[in-house]
Amino acid sequence: MYPFKYQKAATVRGAVSLLKKAEEPKLLAGGHTLLPTMKQRLASPKTLIDLSAAGLSGIEQKGRSIVIGAMTTHAEVANSPVVQQAIPALAKLAGHIGDPQVRHRGTIGGSVANNDPAADYPAALMALGAVVHTSKRKIPAEEFFAGMFSTALDEDEIITKVAFPIPSKAAYVKFPNPASRYAIVGVFVAKKGSNVRVAVTGAGSNGVFRHEAMEQALAKRFNPKSLEGIATPAADMNGDIHASADYRAHLVGVIARRAVAAATA
Amino acid sequence: MTVTAIGAAVRRKEDHRFITGKGQYTDDINRPGQTHAYFLRSPHAHANLKKIDLSKAKAMPGVVAIYTGDDVAADKIGGLICGWMIHSKDGTPMRAGPHPILAQGKVRYVGDHVAVVIAETLSQAKDAAEAIVVDYDVLPAVVEAGKAQAKGAPQVHTEAPANTVYDWHIGDKAATEAAFKAAKHVTKLDIVNNRLVPNAMEPRAAIGEYDAGNDALTLHTTSQNPHVARLVLSAFIGIAPEHKLRVIAPDVGGGFGSKIFIYAEETVCVWAARKCGRPVKWTADRTEEFLCVAHGRDHVTRAELAIDADGKITGLRAKTIANMGAYLSTFASSVPTYLYATLLSGQYAIPNIYCEVDAVYTNTAPVDAYRGAGRPEATFVVERLVETAAREIGMDPAAFRRRNFITKFPHQTPVIMTYDCGDYKASLTKAMEMADVKGFGKRRREAARRGKLRGLGYSTYIEACGIAPSQAVGSLGAGVGLWESAEVRVNPVGTVEILTGSHSHGQGHETTFAQLVSSRLGISIDNVSIVHGDTDKVQFGMGTYGSRSGAVGMSAISKALDKIEAKAKKVAAHVLEAAEADIDFKDGKFTVKGTDKAVDFGTVALNAYIAHKFNPQELEPGLKEGSFYDPTNFTFPAGCHICEIEVDQETGVARIVKWTAVDDFGNVINPMIVEGQVHGGIAQGVGQALLEGTVYTADGQLVTASYMDYAMPRAHDLPSFEVGMTVTPCPSNPLGIKGCGEAGAIAAPAAVINALTDALGTEDVPMPATPLALWSIIAKQSKAAIAAE
Ligand SMILES: Cc1cc2nc3c(=O)[nH]c(=O)nc-3n(C[C@H](O)[C@H](O)[C@H](O)COP(=O)(O)OP(=O)(O)OC[C@H]3O[C@@H](n4cnc5c(N)ncnc54)[C@H](O)[C@@H]3O)c2cc1C
Repeated sequence: MYPFKYQKAATVRGAVSLLKKAEEPKLLAGGHTLLPTMKQRLASPKTLIDLSAAGLSGIEQKGRSIVIGAMTTHAEVANSPVVQQAIPALAKLAGHIGDPQVRHRGTIGGSVANNDPAADYPAALMALGAVVHTSKRKIPAEEFFAGMFSTALDEDEIITKVAFPIPSKAAYVKFPNPASRYAIVGVFVAKKGSNVRVAVTGAGSNGVFRHEAMEQALAKRFNPKSLEGIATPAADMNGDIHASADYRAHLVGVIARRAVAAATA
Repeated sequence: MTVTAIGAAVRRKEDHRFITGKGQYTDDINRPGQTHAYFLRSPHAHANLKKIDLSKAKAMPGVVAIYTGDDVAADKIGGLICGWMIHSKDGTPMRAGPHPILAQGKVRYVGDHVAVVIAETLSQAKDAAEAIVVDYDVLPAVVEAGKAQAKGAPQVHTEAPANTVYDWHIGDKAATEAAFKAAKHVTKLDIVNNRLVPNAMEPRAAIGEYDAGNDALTLHTTSQNPHVARLVLSAFIGIAPEHKLRVIAPDVGGGFGSKIFIYAEETVCVWAARKCGRPVKWTADRTEEFLCVAHGRDHVTRAELAIDADGKITGLRAKTIANMGAYLSTFASSVPTYLYATLLSGQYAIPNIYCEVDAVYTNTAPVDAYRGAGRPEATFVVERLVETAAREIGMDPAAFRRRNFITKFPHQTPVIMTYDCGDYKASLTKAMEMADVKGFGKRRREAARRGKLRGLGYSTYIEACGIAPSQAVGSLGAGVGLWESAEVRVNPVGTVEILTGSHSHGQGHETTFAQLVSSRLGISIDNVSIVHGDTDKVQFGMGTYGSRSGAVGMSAISKALDKIEAKAKKVAAHVLEAAEADIDFKDGKFTVKGTDKAVDFGTVALNAYIAHKFNPQELEPGLKEGSFYDPTNFTFPAGCHICEIEVDQETGVARIVKWTAVDDFGNVINPMIVEGQVHGGIAQGVGQALLEGTVYTADGQLVTASYMDYAMPRAHDLPSFEVGMTVTPCPSNPLGIKGCGEAGAIAAPAAVINALTDALGTEDVPMPATPLALWSIIAKQSKAAIAAE
């Protein structure tokens, strides 16, 4: 780790102003992605702006949405009666991120801002049609995620919360990487009225994506059988030592069927 | 006072310390004036070092010193050694290249040590390392064992043409060939035993320290055998004479073999401490461990089994290429030879065996002993062959094993070993009952209805432990004797200290050794302490590996206790005013035959020291005895593991649903500790079979250099184990112990793969059998099935 200046922001406004004037700043949330890269000397921000005291944590139901503060940890989401009641699939997703240590430090804001192509939350945001609230604006999930490790956030923009419309049915099924336990394929399906969304994380060569062919088939009939015969092009898939592109393409189908089955169970 | 008997499942005495964070590991120790070492490592698998420019780095803040291979050479510090001489078929000694502690002119694997930076803080050392400019002339690399001997392959060491360290063989070639000619059936398998990265919870660490007043050095290090480390550092590397070098291995957090060896880093720390005049501390980070700890396994084998018309095995032959990595580590040469091919008879009466082994250099991390060391590789070959052969000739795999089991002991195999005792049918029968093999067909049909392919696999393994009779291993090329030493010091109030050359790094010696003393002397285990891991306290020892601490280390303690008892009887005779021949010792009490006169052990100990009741000219005061115990044979733990597994046809995910282990470890001191060893061993074996793949790119970069890509077994990857035991006491040591530390890791891989091949109906299942690998097999099978329609 290289030396850096540590600053703790008391408000979002304060964090934004630090972000604007500090030398080579980085926001610090749970630190579970940022700190390991700093320790390995792969990242070297000159200033860390800690968001832990900026009042960004908390979960509430607002109308037909669940609103989760950016600094809310995965464990808080997993154990929240509000989330468990309104969107159990989201609570379950959060409860299967990493290990207990990760879940008690890692935050939804950090995960979403990082947009790791194998992270779990991006699938939930896309499938549930979530809206990312920032210090400047509100960004629909679709416009927020912009390919691997890249988002619509400006340099001086801070995620404040994420609002998830409550679906009528939803489920998330993850096929974990045997080593890291991140998603090799993670499929989040959500049904709200006649609208069905299928979002896939872990698999795509360009990060999280919506599976339109599956969505159309499921809009007609929300049943695992509707997905039979729907192929996912391997050319669009990621490949590595754990899973070839062909295997991922195959798994997208299997895991999507299991997710629909879980959502209808 | 309560005695804790041999066989009692008491909780481990040491665990309170470990669980409450009170252990003292090397990294917990800090010395006054200490500096921090950071190793600049090669980013290339193979390169000539044209120039190392230290000028900028030396001027960096906090830098105390920077050393390279030139400084090592100037100080005439020797290279690391390989302590087991293997001869090739033509009688020539193995061809080993030099193994410098800091690279000299060439780097041979990613992570090889280019320079050491010593600074006030670790961060400053890293900063300075970044300022070192190295001019590498990058060379092509070779990483796979199977490619190392090819014409035109990059040469790792000029000393070893065709990268071949030795081409060794064992057994009777002509007789074996004849057996194959006459065979009714021959089973052939191509086997890859995958390379593994040992992952002890505690990474390696060292602190070197120089005492200028006494011109003496102290090295704290993560070692399984501190005396061997001292011997090598002083006699071969030339750091300091033994009486001027103290090696301390304090609490050590797991080793699995990887901490037997003497590595570059600790050698550099102790050498540099004198050179720069300050204590030098180094602790590996996890990435350094992945890159540079000695790896395990990595064999490529062609194996064949010959069977006659009665289903009797008549011959076994194998050709193995063993990857040694870039340098020969401390015991590397012995692993694919005497620790491997000598076990190719398994539990079976095989009249003819012939095995050839080529050991090759590659541009990868050195490979050496890892839990089981050679014996897992042998068991995998034998048990895969036997299972496959049974299927091919249409015989039940258990019946085929029974037909071929050795039943008479001692049994001389064609590959050196003389098995002393065992009852292989007993462990197989018991395991089959516990595993409900009879009900398997029903379970398989039920699984099929859920879309799961269910399979059952056996592994009736054998291992050679209690390493080892010194003369025997000496005749095979070992550079050391493999006895163990012990000293029993009885204090005046009757408490006892055991000084042992064994080293506990997870095995529970503080408990099991105390149990032996407790049951022998009739004192509480709380009144016994075990002293180990310090060359200034314990006179000598060979350390802990090869499941030897029970069979060899405790036998030495037992011998010393014999002497204590004999001497104490003499003292008791004076105290009780009786003839020595009339003294009996039982349950901690000395009694006089035919009387009710008695005195307890503590009183006798006190009298031994106050020496009022006997003439010190006739009987020496004090109560302290030592012993060096050299075993008369290896020990041969054996048993039967049965794995039942389900494969998800859609995803290729394999889940172990049932695991039965029945082991014969001879007499057992503490069944709870033994069971723990079995659990850990199985977990490691399952890790090898299903999860742990070490991947190098063709140019020698380690892809699996962190837990993001290297999959270690976790609790949820494993079922609850059913563990049982059968006992045939070992006849070759006084306690009847065989050893239990490696059995699980030796037995498990074959059981898993035999279950998977049963489930999938093909013998071609690789390790690790990852979801991707299994799905690829299933996808290929269904394509072939569609094509056939
Ligand atoms: C061992 C391990 C296992 C893991 N397993 C999984 C897994 O299975 N699935 C999964 O999805 N994830 C996993 N993670 C990731 C983890 O869950 C965190 O979500 C992730 O590390 C980021 O969250 P964080 O709060 O730690 O963010 P940090 O590391 O603090 O920050 C990450 C990035 O986001 C930026 N940032 C943080 N907060 C904000 C904000 N409010 N506004 C704008 N930018 C911000 C930071 O500047 C930084 O660039 C794992 C991590 C570890 C270490």
